[in-house]
Amino acid sequence: MTSTNQAVTRLDGPDKVTGRARYAVEYGANDVAYAWPVQATCARGRLDRAETDAALAVPGVLDVLTHENVLRLHADGEISPAHMGALPDLLLLQSKDLVFRGQLVAAVIAETPEAAREGAAAVVVVTEAEHARLELTVGDDEAIVPDITNDLSPGHVARGDADRDFADAPVRLDTTYSTAANFAMPMEPHAAMATWDGDRLTVHASDQGPPWTAMTLAGLLGLPPSNVEVVAEYVGGGFGSKAAPRPPIMLAVLAARLVGRPVKVALNRQQSTSLTTYRGPSRQRIRIGAGTDGRISSVIHETTGQTSRLTTYADQTVSATRLMYRAEHCRTTTNVLPLDVPTPAWVRAPGEAPGMFALESAMDELAVQLGMDPIELRVLNEPETDPESGLPFTSRNLVSCLRIGAERFGWSDRRPEPGATSDGRWRLGMGVAAATYPHYLFPSTATARVDSAHRYTVRIGAADIGTGARTALHQIAADALKVPMSDVRIELGRASHGSAPFAGGSMGTASWGAAIESACRELRRRISAGGGIPDEGLEAGAETLEVMTPSNFSRHAYGAHFAAVRVDRDTGEVQVDRMLGVFATGRIINPLTAKSQAVGAMIMGMGMALMEAAEPDTRFGGFVTQDLAGYHVPAHADVRDIDAMFLTEEDPNLGPIAGRGVGEIGIVGTAAAITNAIHNATGIRIKDLPVRAENLLLRVAVKAGER
Amino acid sequence: MKPLSYARPRTQAEAAALVRRSPDAVFIAGGTNLTDLMKLDVVTPDLLVDVQDLDLTELTHHEWGTVVGAGVTNAGLAGDIGIRRRYPLVSEAILAGASGQIRNAASIAGNLLQRTRCGYFQDVTKPCNKRSPGSGCPAIAGAHRELGVLGTSEHCVATHPSDMAVALAALDAVVRVRRATGSVSALTLDELYRLPGDRPDRDTTLEPGDLVTAVELPAPTGAPSRYRKVRDRTSFAFALVSVAAMLKVEDGVAVDVRLAYGGVAPRPWRARTAEAALLGERPTDSLITQALQAEFATARPLPDNAFKINLAASLTRAVVRDLAPAQKAGR
Repeated sequence: MTSTNQAVTRLDGPDKVTGRARYAVEYGANDVAYAWPVQATCARGRLDRAETDAALAVPGVLDVLTHENVLRLHADGEISPAHMGALPDLLLLQSKDLVFRGQLVAAVIAETPEAAREGAAAVVVVTEAEHARLELTVGDDEAIVPDITNDLSPGHVARGDADRDFADAPVRLDTTYSTAANFAMPMEPHAAMATWDGDRLTVHASDQGPPWTAMTLAGLLGLPPSNVEVVAEYVGGGFGSKAAPRPPIMLAVLAARLVGRPVKVALNRQQSTSLTTYRGPSRQRIRIGAGTDGRISSVIHETTGQTSRLTTYADQTVSATRLMYRAEHCRTTTNVLPLDVPTPAWVRAPGEAPGMFALESAMDELAVQLGMDPIELRVLNEPETDPESGLPFTSRNLVSCLRIGAERFGWSDRRPEPGATSDGRWRLGMGVAAATYPHYLFPSTATARVDSAHRYTVRIGAADIGTGARTALHQIAADALKVPMSDVRIELGRASHGSAPFAGGSMGTASWGAAIESACRELRRRISAGGGIPDEGLEAGAETLEVMTPSNFSRHAYGAHFAAVRVDRDTGEVQVDRMLGVFATGRIINPLTAKSQAVGAMIMGMGMALMEAAEPDTRFGGFVTQDLAGYHVPAHADVRDIDAMFLTEEDPNLGPIAGRGVGEIGIVGTAAAITNAIHNATGIRIKDLPVRAENLLLRVAVKAGER
Repeated sequence: MKPLSYARPRTQAEAAALVRRSPDAVFIAGGTNLTDLMKLDVVTPDLLVDVQDLDLTELTHHEWGTVVGAGVTNAGLAGDIGIRRRYPLVSEAILAGASGQIRNAASIAGNLLQRTRCGYFQDVTKPCNKRSPGSGCPAIAGAHRELGVLGTSEHCVATHPSDMAVALAALDAVVRVRRATGSVSALTLDELYRLPGDRPDRDTTLEPGDLVTAVELPAPTGAPSRYRKVRDRTSFAFALVSVAAMLKVEDGVAVDVRLAYGGVAPRPWRARTAEAALLGERPTDSLITQALQAEFATARPLPDNAFKINLAASLTRAVVRDLAPAQKAGR
C-alpha cells in the first residue's frame, strides 16, 4: 500500500478550521508595533515632503517612516532572479518620484493598528502632481515590444511567413478580444511581521516562497542570506501575487528597523488594489488562415498590455498559441504600453489564462465559419510534434481529453446551430475549449531526518498556500521512506530549510517532491548502509540541480473544458449549469486535493469569464474597484455542477515525480468554454471579458427568433 | 481611526437627545453599513447611539395591515410566516439582497437608511458631492455602470442600494418617524427620500435626532406579486435593475398594477407613470414597452448605464408574463 495515488484528506485541515494554524501576523512578539501605509493620491508626480508633526502628536504613534529616515536599500544587491520584476516596487521610499496612485509615500508606526491608522490620516503629503497617462490603448506610439515576456520568450516570435499565408488563405478569421484587469485578492491579504535582532532579520510573511523571498530581502538589505529567515507556515492563498515579496513585506522590514521593535503590517482590501500587483488588462487580435477543409496554415496572435513606469512587465499572453495547433506559419507579438499605473504581475496563470480565452474563442469562431464541430476542428489540427520547437511531446493527450470529455459531458446532445435549445425563458448552450500550461521544474533542496525512535522529519523551504501541497509532499515522503505517513513529520515554509522554488507556475509539487524523494531515498540508503540508526539519528539532504537539464522534449500539461450555460432571454443573465475539466497532467499524487485544486481553478475561470473586473480609474489612477463587494468572484450560488478528472498518464520524461502541476491549467481556457457556450445558446459572440448582462440583453431574444 | 463613544439609551427621548447633542452622533442598529463606512472614514461619528434597547422589534399583523418595528432584522422580517403569506414580495426582496450573515444583523431602519455603494462615495481620497458637497462628481465621466438614470442630477448619480425598500415602495409602505422634538410623523417612501438635486449629501428628509420607529404596511391587496433582480452574480451583489411588481388582471385588463424599481435611482423608484399607462389596459408587451418609455422619459442615462432603461423594460415584460400568464393571447 503506497501513500501516493491515494485520496488523503488534507492533514492541516483541522488546524486551519480550528484556528490552530498560524498565519503571518497571528504570531506574537514582545513589544510589537504596527505600521499603516500613507499612499499617494496622484498618479504621477513628485513627492516634495511628508509633514509628520500632526501624526507624531497622535497618542500611541511611535514614528513616521519617510523618504528621509528610511534605510537605504541596495538596489543592485543580489536577489532571486525570479524577483527582478518585483524589485522596483520593493524600493520603498528610496525615490521621490511618484509613478502610480496608491504608491507608498510614508508609513506611520504606532503601538496599535488604530493609532497607526489615525496617525496615517494626519500625515500631510505635499506633492507636485503631473499629467498622468492612465488609459490602455492599442497602437500607441509609446508601446514597446519587449525583449522578453514573463515566460522568457521574446516579444516577437515568428515561424514561416504568417502574414503572407494569412493574406492568401482560403478561409480567414480576423477577430479581436479583450480581458479586464483581475485582482489576486487572496482570502488572507498580504501581511507580514518583521523582527530585527541586530543584523539578523526574521519575517513572518504571507508569502508563496520563503527561500527566494529571504534571498531577495538579504540582497536589498545588504545582509548575508543566512541572516534572513522568512517564515510562511500557513498562507491563505496567493494566486501569484505573493510569489515575490511585495511592498507590505518590505514595509514591515523597514518600519521595524526604524523603531527597533517588531512591526506588523496587514493590508486591507483597498490598499491591496495598488500595493500587491494585479493581472493587467489585455487587448488581443487573432488572425487564423485555414483551408476550406479546416486545416490551419497560419496563426497571428497580437496582444497589447500595460505596465508601470517602474518595470516592463508583459504576460506571456500569446505563448500558448505557438504550440497549440499545427500551423506552418505563426507570428506572435506582444506590445506593452507603459502607463502611470500600479505594476501588473503574476496572477493565476498569467498570460495563458487571458491568451487562451482569445485563441480558444477564435477556434470556436473558425469552427462556426467552417461549419465544423469545434472538437473535430481541434483534432484535425492536432500537431504530431511541438510546432514551435519541433520537439516531441513527452505526452500530450489533448485529443483524449477532448474525446473523453465529450463522451462524459454529453457533447453529442449539443445542437450546433445557435439558439436551438431552450428551457422556458432560458436559452441553453454548450461550449468547449482546450487548455495547456507549461511544465516547469526548478531545483530544490530538502532534508530528511530520522531519530533513534524511527521518527522521520522531512523539511523543505516551500510554502503550502492552501493547495494541499503539505499533504501531497507528506505522501511522497512516506512512499520514498517506505513507511506509513504517521511515522513522518513534514515541516514547510521556512527559508532556513533550504532553497526551494515558490508555490507558483504549477511547478511546486513536482519540483519539491523530487527533492524530498531524493533526500528520503538517500536517508534510507544511509540507514541500511550503517546497519541501523545511531542514537543521534541520521540526516540526509538533497539538491535537485539535475532536473533543470534541458529536456529533449516539449513538456506541457493539456486539458479540455466543457461548459453548459443558460442565458436569460429577458435579462441577459448567465448561469453556468455544468462544467467539466479533463486534464492530462501526468501522475496525480493525491486525487482529492488535485481535484479540489482543478475545480477551484475552474471556478476562478468562471469568475474571469462572468464577473471579475478591476475597473481602472482613468481619471485619478489606480482602480475604482476597491473591495470584494465590488470585485465579484463567484458566490456559492454561482457554482453548480463542476467536475474535474485526470487522465491516467505514465510519462517518465516529466522528471522524478512524473506529475505536471495541476494548479493553473484549470483556469486556462475555462472562460472560452463558457463564452463559446453562450454563443451556442444565443448566437452572440462575447469578445470582451467579463461577460455583462447588457451585452446579451435583447439581442438574445432577437437572435433566437422568437417574439 | 477616530476615538468615539458608545451609548445604549433606554428611551427614545434619551436616544434622540444624545444624537442631537453632537453633529457627529449617529444611531446604530445592526451596523452592517455604518461600520463599513466608518472603516473607510466616510462616516466619522464621535458617538454611536445604539437603538437595540428602544423596544423597536414589534412585528404584528392586523386586519388593516402590518407593523414592522424598525429594529426587526432583515432575516426576521423575511422569515416571518405572516409576511411570507401576506407580503411575499417583501420576503423575496430581502432574500435577494446581501448575505445570510448580514441579513441576520441588519435592521429594517438601517436597510432603509443605508448609503449608496458608489465607488467614489466610498473613497475619501476622491471627490464626491454626496460625501463632500461641492467637490464634484467623478462618476458622471467615470465609473457609473451601476449608478442611476432616474431622479439623478448633474451633481450626483448615486443609487439607493436596498432591495427591501423597492418592495416597500410597491406596497405603499409608510415609515413612522419619531421626530427629535417628540412628535410623530408618517412618511411615504417618496416623502422619506429626497432626490439629490444640488444637495446630494442629504439622502432623506430626516433631521438629526429623528428616529425611524416602524414601517407600516397597508392590508394586502391580494394581487399576485414578484420581485426580480438582475445582478452581476447570483448572490451578494447589488441590483443592476430590480423590479417589485404587483399585478391583478380581470377580464384581461390590469385592475391593480404596482411597479417599483431598484438600481436605477437615488431612491426606490415607484413607477407611477408606467402604472397609469397600464391600469385598465391589457398588459401587452408593446404597451409595457410604451409605459416604461414614458416612465423613463426623464431619465439621464450615461454611456455605461443607459442599458438599464432597456433592461428595466425587458425585465418588466418578463415579470408581467409571469404574473399574468393569461395575457398571452393579448400579445
